[in-house]
Amino acid sequence: METIDEPTFEIACTVNGTAVRTRVPVRRSLVDWLRHDVGLTGSHIGCEHGVCGACHVVVDGRVVRGCLMLAVQADGQSIETIESPSASARIQALQQTFFERAALQCGYCTPGIILQAAELLAETQMPTREQIREALSGSYCRCTGYQAIIDAVDAAAARLRGE
Amino acid sequence: MGVTISVNRSKLKIRPSAGSSIGLSMPRADTRRLVAGHGRYMDDYTAKGELHAAFLRSPFPHAEFTLGDLSKPTSLAGVAAVLSAVELDPVCRPWRCESKAFPGLVSPEQRPLALARAAYEGEPVAMVLAVSRAIAEDAIELIDVVWRELPAITDLARALEQGAPTAHPDLADNLAWATELRSGNPEDAFAGAALVLEENFVFERHTGVTLEPRGVLADWDPAAETLEVRISHQMPHQIQLHLSDLLGIPLSRVRVICGDIGGAFGLKMHVYPDEIGVCAASRLIGRPVRFQTDRLESLQSDIHAREHRVRGRIAVDAEGRILGFDIDDLQGLGAYSVFPRSSTTEAMSALRTMGAPYRFGHFRARLRCALQNKVPTGQLRAVGAPISCAVTERLMDLAARARGEDSLEFRRRNLLRAEDMPCVTSAGSQMFGLSHEACLDRLVELMELPRIRAEIETMRRAGRWIGLGFATSVELTASGSEAYGRADVPVASVDTVVATLQLSGEVTAQASVSEIGQGIGQSLVQVLADAVGVDPGCVTVSTGDTDGVPHGGGAWASRGAAIGAEAAWGAGRALREQILCAAGALLQAAPETLDIRSGRIVDGTTGSDRIGLDEIARTVILQGYELPSRVRPQLTVAHLYRRERDTFLPNNGIQASLVEINPQTGIVRALRHWAVGDCGRIINPLLVDEQIRGGVVMGLGEALLEACRYDAHGQFVSGTLTDYLVPMAYEMPDIEVAHVETPYEGSVIGAKGAGEAGTCGAPAAVLNAVNDALATEGVRVARLPITPFVVLRALGKLPEEAMT
Amino acid sequence: MKPARFEYVRPETVPAALELLASHGSDAAILAGGQSLVPMLNFRIARPHMLIDVNRIGGLDRIEVQDGALIIGASARHSEVLRSQLVHSHAPLLREGLKHVAHAAIRNRGTLGGSLALADPAAELPACIVCLDAEITLASRRAERAVAAENFFTGLYTTACAADELLLHVRIRPFDPQWRFSFSEVARRHGDFALAGLAFAVRLARERIDDCRIAFCGVEVAPRRLRKAEYSLNGAEVNNGASRVAACGALAEELEPMSSGDCPAEYRIRIASALLNDAVERLAREESFHGDD
Repeated sequence: METIDEPTFEIACTVNGTAVRTRVPVRRSLVDWLRHDVGLTGSHIGCEHGVCGACHVVVDGRVVRGCLMLAVQADGQSIETIESPSASARIQALQQTFFERAALQCGYCTPGIILQAAELLAETQMPTREQIREALSGSYCRCTGYQAIIDAVDAAAARLRGE
Repeated sequence: MGVTISVNRSKLKIRPSAGSSIGLSMPRADTRRLVAGHGRYMDDYTAKGELHAAFLRSPFPHAEFTLGDLSKPTSLAGVAAVLSAVELDPVCRPWRCESKAFPGLVSPEQRPLALARAAYEGEPVAMVLAVSRAIAEDAIELIDVVWRELPAITDLARALEQGAPTAHPDLADNLAWATELRSGNPEDAFAGAALVLEENFVFERHTGVTLEPRGVLADWDPAAETLEVRISHQMPHQIQLHLSDLLGIPLSRVRVICGDIGGAFGLKMHVYPDEIGVCAASRLIGRPVRFQTDRLESLQSDIHAREHRVRGRIAVDAEGRILGFDIDDLQGLGAYSVFPRSSTTEAMSALRTMGAPYRFGHFRARLRCALQNKVPTGQLRAVGAPISCAVTERLMDLAARARGEDSLEFRRRNLLRAEDMPCVTSAGSQMFGLSHEACLDRLVELMELPRIRAEIETMRRAGRWIGLGFATSVELTASGSEAYGRADVPVASVDTVVATLQLSGEVTAQASVSEIGQGIGQSLVQVLADAVGVDPGCVTVSTGDTDGVPHGGGAWASRGAAIGAEAAWGAGRALREQILCAAGALLQAAPETLDIRSGRIVDGTTGSDRIGLDEIARTVILQGYELPSRVRPQLTVAHLYRRERDTFLPNNGIQASLVEINPQTGIVRALRHWAVGDCGRIINPLLVDEQIRGGVVMGLGEALLEACRYDAHGQFVSGTLTDYLVPMAYEMPDIEVAHVETPYEGSVIGAKGAGEAGTCGAPAAVLNAVNDALATEGVRVARLPITPFVVLRALGKLPEEAMT
Repeated sequence: MKPARFEYVRPETVPAALELLASHGSDAAILAGGQSLVPMLNFRIARPHMLIDVNRIGGLDRIEVQDGALIIGASARHSEVLRSQLVHSHAPLLREGLKHVAHAAIRNRGTLGGSLALADPAAELPACIVCLDAEITLASRRAERAVAAENFFTGLYTTACAADELLLHVRIRPFDPQWRFSFSEVARRHGDFALAGLAFAVRLARERIDDCRIAFCGVEVAPRRLRKAEYSLNGAEVNNGASRVAACGALAEELEPMSSGDCPAEYRIRIASALLNDAVERLAREESFHGDD
């Protein structure tokens, strides 16, 4: 994508384990950069004001709203998206239980929700349904009504515990 | 796990193949890709040389405008063009909503970009094409435009009053359309009734909020003179037809591709000026143009829905039987009637389903549809049914309470029973094959109603404000050809499935219904698997590309299973017949002595294995000399399904909502929810259950949270997701779902529409539950959404205030 | 919604940041967590000429105890503050307030300094800081100064922080063990901005309220100590219903609520009083106070 005379900044980071060094327009958001410049379209844009959670990515091990970070802020960080080939056991378990439980319909919110749920499961091995609902309270889903998602996170937690 | 599918009047009695797939709960195979982040939504695609579009939209509800010198934005680095209505007129004709179903409908002409006057806030008036969206937005700010605000009408209550500003200055008033329905002798019935109850309802406007906003990538190839459009839309063929018509391009030169759709709900089935504008722009400049609404634009310019003010009355005799309903409905239509289906369809959908679950002999309804300087309204999930259900069910509760009677018993007495059907209700809707009593019984069982009632008593004794509410509903689904055909509106009500046996023995199919996340693709896989005799893992169904798929209806009115699955069954059976014909010739056996099971030709009686489908395909395609000359099997077949009777397939359901009100804050919490429904034969219970749940939660949003609001100057003030509130996980209850299956007798599989039923009944159930909780205070609410302020105003704890 | 153009600079030290602020302060915005700034940039409501990214400045995110006082750097992430044992023991009110701040992904980036500098009237942390009578340290090329929390929030989205100043850290002095803290909030949905939120601190001497602090978010244009309500409550027995009612009455008189959108001023008063009433009642029942977990 042409940048004409936009102010740009050089960044060096890793994206899904691959080192990246490039120039980015300073006003480009992290999620836009990942989607259109890096070509990882698994993170989605739903609102661009940090409310819906469709844009979640993992930066230095923490889930963040990709629409609320600038691409320049990725400098020196490690970024992981839903497409990461080294997805954690938690993410893989969630992907499996989401599939089995039909915890997605259109799928647009799903990557963002899975990454957020994975962070919950990293912190809490045996979350209650209420804790799951609370952890996902910042992720908007219009299709499922959430219940199947809660079931799927619960099932993934059980699977990870070896049950 | 066999399923016997029998057709009442057909000679065929179809035996299930081993391992029948119809009726099985299976995950949707396609979602493996989605959980991995490999969905491909509109914005995930790019085209070489593409330009990004951004729109200058009217900041005022009603204003004339003059665009000045456009050289400043045009000369900004990275900008390719700045376009107005003048530039687009040569490549795109205007359109106007017209329908024989609504004679005399007043709806002015629309263009992709407004000409000289904007009639709603958010109406596109100019367009910038640039190398990035950010630069396009920079250029938008440089457009020299002079606005002259005009008087605006946004308040529905005022729209038809004498002296109200007119939404369009050349019109005498804001009446877009009006009608009256009448049956029996309502005046006498109400005059002589033992009880008449009345309520005045306000339904606030709301919108769909698909998580993926609307978007389109249009690519006009000037050398080939073809237009390829990738769009997030429910009906590829519908939009293909309109693009061909509006842009003057032969239909065969327009290709529309609808890939993964990030939520639709009826929002993405309409013709939008900005999307047409993008296609027209590509046509004009000969380069691909892409556009996606951002969330602000989406909330502002997507169709809104269900803005109504309804006065409803119910008349009941001394024995507690409904005599009739009297409805006065004022619909807030918006600045234009949505093209091509007409915004008035929502109002008629409400009127026709008033009182639908019940027996009543007298009906009067008056409908007036008012133009306003607001974005057009259109069909949104369940269309008018949530309104008719809320009005009907609230009146039922009022009547039951006036009689001092349990509301379920009052309903039970009046429900249409099997022996009452088929019939036409006094509101003019055909009712048949419904199971109200069975669903009611099942609900009572599912809820363990006596236990719930005891728990409610305990909670109330502890001082909690708890309410339980019910709502029975009927929804008209799977519209047949009469619905739009007679209105001369070009909406397809038939669907086609093309099925092919591949060399590998797999079956691939193209279906003209649309996958929008509801899982119809998976359901069709299961139907085809059973129809042919293969495992579902060997079947692939694709949808959404007008190049690959014959003309059909896409996704709307919950038609995928009722119509699409019939087409799939027909195609599968036809393919099976062709395969058996070839097999018979190759094996020198009569085709009727053979069967297909799990992709193998077997002896029909003994089950012994004869040959694989892959070998049949290979012989036919690669070694055709093996076949006798008179045997010419077709390995690709098509089946077009049109339902020959019954304009709609009614479904029925009943829901219950348990709520708690915090009397200090006025906040209503939905504690529990139950939904029992009958959508006929269920092809995949797992997917249908989740459609119900999703629909219920959308209904809970409508009941408690969602409203498109305007200030005293008519400015839209619900323009971000912090203003427009949608249900999030923490507040939502678990929803218990059960089904009764009464197959539709007029089709092979017998499915009816299911996808919208949750939204149909949930708002009414919550409305009744809240009123149940407030009953001891002697106050009522009849406004959706039931915000904390609505509750506290009803309780007299907050001063009354004009709410628009 | 893409932002308007801006220049971007990323100073590595506080002095470098202060130099930039000295030259560009009136036309620059500090980028810390970005959770409030970036949406405003996207809406083009905020159109700074320059963005000063302070995320690389070392030490600006520290959480430590100095001379018994808790020091939290301006760039400390909400999630770190939530996790911190030091905050848990020294300023449990912050933890309680933070549980209501947005959602996990926002807390992973949002910063204390950012929240205080923005002074959104519905934000939880400014009310907590006022209740804790904290000190906010501001630095410019001219000088470094400490501002009492109560003097920091001066109006709607307005603070004492000058255009050329950078918020460095917050200092919370230690409290006697008799103090109890609670934060409670009314919101339409979990994580939404508060319709009203109460930061409440009480020093108990046996059953008597010896001293208290009352600050709200979401009700007025800026958080402040509600001294008349505090005065009404001081000296009362904790389970004296009449005193509680009187204090809520004093509160209703004292508050100058905003009226916004469809939420009328009367509503905010109503729920503010309800929050105070419930907080005192809970205190009487000795429920959910001061990290007994």
